[in-house]
Amino acid sequence: MSTTSVLGGVVRRKEDPALIRGEGLYVDDIKLPGELAAAFVRSPFAHARISSIDVSAAIAMDGVHAVYTADDVRHLGPVLAQVAVGTLRPPLADGAVHHIGEAVAMVVADDRYIAQDAVDAIFVDYDPLPAVVDLKAAAADEIQAHEGVSNVLLAWSGQDWWPGVTDELPDAKPAIEEAKARDDTVTVSLEMVNQRLIPTAIEPRAVLANWHAGYGSFELWSSTQIPHALAGAIAKIFGLPSNKVRVVAPEVGGGFGLKLNIYPDEILCCFASKELGRPVRWTETRREAPASSIQGRGWVGTATIVGTRDGRILGYELDAICDMGAYSQNFTVAIPLLGLFVAPGQYDIPTAYTLTCVVTNTPTTDAYRGAGRPEAAYYLERIIDRYAREIGMDPAEVRKKNFWQPDQFPATTAVGLTMDSGNYAANLDALLEKVDYEGLKARRDAARAEGRLVGIGLSSYVEVCGFGPSALAGLGFSWSEYGQPAAFNGSGVVRVNPDGSCTVIIGTGPSGQGHETTWAQIVSDQLGIELDQIEVLHGDTAESPFGVGTFGSRSLAVDGTATYEASARVKDKAAAIAAHLLEAAPEDIRFADGGAHVAGSPDKTVSWPEIATSAYQPHTLPDGMEGGLESTAVFSPGNATWPFGSHLALVEVDPDTGNVEILEYWAMDDCGNVVNPMIVDGQIHGGIAQGIGQAMFEAAIYDDDGNLLSSSLMDYPIPTAADLPSFRLDRTTTPTDVNPLGVKGIGEAGTIGSAQTIVNAVVDALAPLGVEHVDMPLRPRNVWQAINGARG
Amino acid sequence: MYPRKFDYTAPRTIADAVAALAGDEGAKVMAGGMSLLPLMKMRLLSPATIVDIGRIDGLDRIEDRGDHIAVGALVRHAETAASDLVQTHAPALARAASLTGDVQVRNKGTTCGSLAHADIAADQTAAVIALGATMVATGPGGTREIAAADFFVDTLTSALAPDEILTEVRIPKGGSGSAYDKLGRRGGRSDYAVAGAAAWVDKTNGSITAARVAVTGVGTKPMLVEAVGAALVGTDGSPEAIAAAAEHATEGVTLLEDLYGSEEYKAHLAKVYAARALTEALGG
Ligand SMILES: Cc1cc2nc3c(=O)[nH]c(=O)nc-3n(C[C@H](O)[C@H](O)[C@H](O)COP(=O)(O)OP(=O)(O)OC[C@H]3O[C@@H](n4cnc5c(N)ncnc54)[C@H](O)[C@@H]3O)c2cc1C
Repeated sequence: MSTTSVLGGVVRRKEDPALIRGEGLYVDDIKLPGELAAAFVRSPFAHARISSIDVSAAIAMDGVHAVYTADDVRHLGPVLAQVAVGTLRPPLADGAVHHIGEAVAMVVADDRYIAQDAVDAIFVDYDPLPAVVDLKAAAADEIQAHEGVSNVLLAWSGQDWWPGVTDELPDAKPAIEEAKARDDTVTVSLEMVNQRLIPTAIEPRAVLANWHAGYGSFELWSSTQIPHALAGAIAKIFGLPSNKVRVVAPEVGGGFGLKLNIYPDEILCCFASKELGRPVRWTETRREAPASSIQGRGWVGTATIVGTRDGRILGYELDAICDMGAYSQNFTVAIPLLGLFVAPGQYDIPTAYTLTCVVTNTPTTDAYRGAGRPEAAYYLERIIDRYAREIGMDPAEVRKKNFWQPDQFPATTAVGLTMDSGNYAANLDALLEKVDYEGLKARRDAARAEGRLVGIGLSSYVEVCGFGPSALAGLGFSWSEYGQPAAFNGSGVVRVNPDGSCTVIIGTGPSGQGHETTWAQIVSDQLGIELDQIEVLHGDTAESPFGVGTFGSRSLAVDGTATYEASARVKDKAAAIAAHLLEAAPEDIRFADGGAHVAGSPDKTVSWPEIATSAYQPHTLPDGMEGGLESTAVFSPGNATWPFGSHLALVEVDPDTGNVEILEYWAMDDCGNVVNPMIVDGQIHGGIAQGIGQAMFEAAIYDDDGNLLSSSLMDYPIPTAADLPSFRLDRTTTPTDVNPLGVKGIGEAGTIGSAQTIVNAVVDALAPLGVEHVDMPLRPRNVWQAINGARG
Repeated sequence: MYPRKFDYTAPRTIADAVAALAGDEGAKVMAGGMSLLPLMKMRLLSPATIVDIGRIDGLDRIEDRGDHIAVGALVRHAETAASDLVQTHAPALARAASLTGDVQVRNKGTTCGSLAHADIAADQTAAVIALGATMVATGPGGTREIAAADFFVDTLTSALAPDEILTEVRIPKGGSGSAYDKLGRRGGRSDYAVAGAAAWVDKTNGSITAARVAVTGVGTKPMLVEAVGAALVGTDGSPEAIAAAAEHATEGVTLLEDLYGSEEYKAHLAKVYAARALTEALGG
């Protein structure tokens, strides 16, 4: 893409001045007259029957308007899920609680302080039941998370799970077993934990609901990634047409998947507003957030590779138990499936897998940045490293030996999906050259010779994102129950106003990704309208076209393309108008410098205000032309997109404490064409930070009774900028032909590539001691334990 | 995150503040609020009255008093860390203050507040113990002095009476060096101490004449480990001598495991950091 246009140029984010000055509008900044505040009684037990709830003292308190329990709200449930496999969540615990922090009762009061006092005055009598937390125990089904219901929801395995999207696949297992039996092959296996994480958006979730009795309609502000889906769900639950529900997601302070769910509090605030005739607000506290929203990851599994002694992988197996938590929410069981989509990574290798989805007495798991794909990349890239070490081959060489080659694309992988484009070896070579791989290895070896524990870690990854294709959305689940079409398309409206300014309205919205700037660049590039004349609106279902939501790194590739197509149509019409005004042929019209001119006659020009004014004065238009200058486009991609890349880290371990220091971190990502390199780099920075967070810091830790021990930021350390090295980023560019912009997606790549890069580096540092694996997080204590264990 | 109802008063003098505390059993001092307010928001602590000492004149100074320096009750962590006086006469305290929390916490929280709070993993606690500091408490009966080594009684419990204010901490000058180092919960030196140690040494004519080491983060309270100092006195302070002395770093400590370390690991770290702090205090 040409860097002389605004497309591909570093453009400062239009949204930042307001956000940086604290002048952006988040849900909590929106105030309505007569607001009431809600607070929830939350379960202190992971599994218990509720024998009684005494709300009498609470309801008698001054300033308390209502206390609701399951009896009041049962009819609203269960909370709708897009992939409705497993037990869905009741709006309030109904007869039993199934995880710590589950909402049991709702108080609505004059303000949040009174509401909290009332919460403290509610007495719930619990009859504790045994809880199941450990994944293997859950799979064995000895203790059931829901009484009388098997913990095992389903196992993703075999070839029968995406009819209509892929052809039936041959079973890879026999060939893999045969390879293992050969005496010229090696087989390596590692059991590894990909621990549970607590998504920690800087802005917790926040809800403000307002029922308009006179109009029979709801207004609902929510810090959500899926305003249209939420509107559909609320409409369905309350028996309204969806045009009677307006959902607004204003500024959203971080999403990462945790805001990609319908939550009970959104439904209950609507309910309470309708019951009480007042607006009702609930803002999640940092204290309750770990258990009142979804968590992520949570796999225990074994990865196995069989291969030749010269580095050819003959088979890869992944057998894991995946933690779904207590209830299924939006995508819950589909998260491991997303991991399976990229199970074979960048490699042309036979792959067999079993991912068993089990229920436990813990908060629900769902999408968290990467959603299944970081887990999959972790298992594969860790075991490849283990294999390389076993056969004494450089891990970069092993990877290259098994990559898909550029001339094999589009490539249909071992799991039956077709990858759009890739140039894996060139990307890895670019990284190795950039880091001076040989020099780096020499530096490591010299440090080692001095007795220091220095290691290099490498990981390649492939991501599937930009969802599409639409058929993928209909994988046979009960979408119809959800009040939404089963679709993965995207939309955009481009409107040139009478004064020549431009309003763009999009079906997805940012939670930090810079949509306002990126979309303005796309439109500005097409129309030649200055960036500051373009306003990008989003997140308000009353004004924006139907949009599936911001997740799976899909906004640009799908909704961005729709906007691109809408602006192309506006451009065609504007060219016809300009041609009419300039008495020229439309095909001779060129757009530049805030207007249009005739090719070859730069002095024959009309400005955008002149073109736009004409569009809204039909008598000045060519005969028969409809007035207005606006287009809506819907884009339905034929495939997902498949970004990829390779990351490399150099680390040093302090042998006395187990402390890990990241000395260098490089990433070579490839997300196809780039609209704004600065925004792309920002996404990679944040993604790597979250991957390193998993690798080194974060863990949702439960005791055997299901108590969340890491329930505050004191016990759940997330990395800050001061804890991280300067990332060194570069990119290769392999466009996709799935969309006309050639763009893929970059929201999750950093996370998918980074955790195992760090672990591979630390294991490399500890290799001289004979350490083969250390489970994440690589907190000093865990690394020290590994060192100690290895030293005997 | 929503505290219970409380009253608030901001007296202008120490006497008024002490009176406010003495007259109200449920009253609590607030300095920077960095530890008090989170506890109140989590409803783990619900004082009936907050006595904000922030508007009392004269408490925000670090003074040179000849044989000691004094750090007043309203001196912020950042000021302690940046002070020439503290850096010169009590480098262990300056370092501990610089490693306390993040920028916002250091600009708001106070050195004395951190000491009065007596968190088992706080940084400056170990420093004042090793430095042999004296805590000055003012109550209805006037002021009294408490040796730093006796000040930290138990988890979140200091020797202060509920109606006493820690008005300043006095650090004696002297000795040949002091240092503080820790392993933070987020690795490196970031966040509360998984384990930390402060050391103060006096070396004359090539021989250690006095030494004090205090540990934090590893046990039920920050404390002086006398055995380390005792083992070092009379040696030449060589790496071997330091290593041998540091072996005593958990003597008398009631170890406490948490999510960041088992007892075994914490005991090991206490020795590692005792040795590191001693090495640095001796200019190594
Ligand atoms: C995000 C964060 C990170 C932190 N990280 C660290 C860290 O790495 N290391 C560390 O050591 N600490 C850390 N802290 C705690 C921090 O050091 C606090 O500032 C300090 O513990 C309290 O000082 P303060 O002035 O804010 O006291 P306050 O919060 O006002 O008071 C704390 C307690 O001490 C009492 N008190 C305060 N001043 C006096 C006084 N003069 N006389 C009598 N009683 C008094 C109060 O009544 C209260 O019980 C952290 C805090 C936060 C919020």
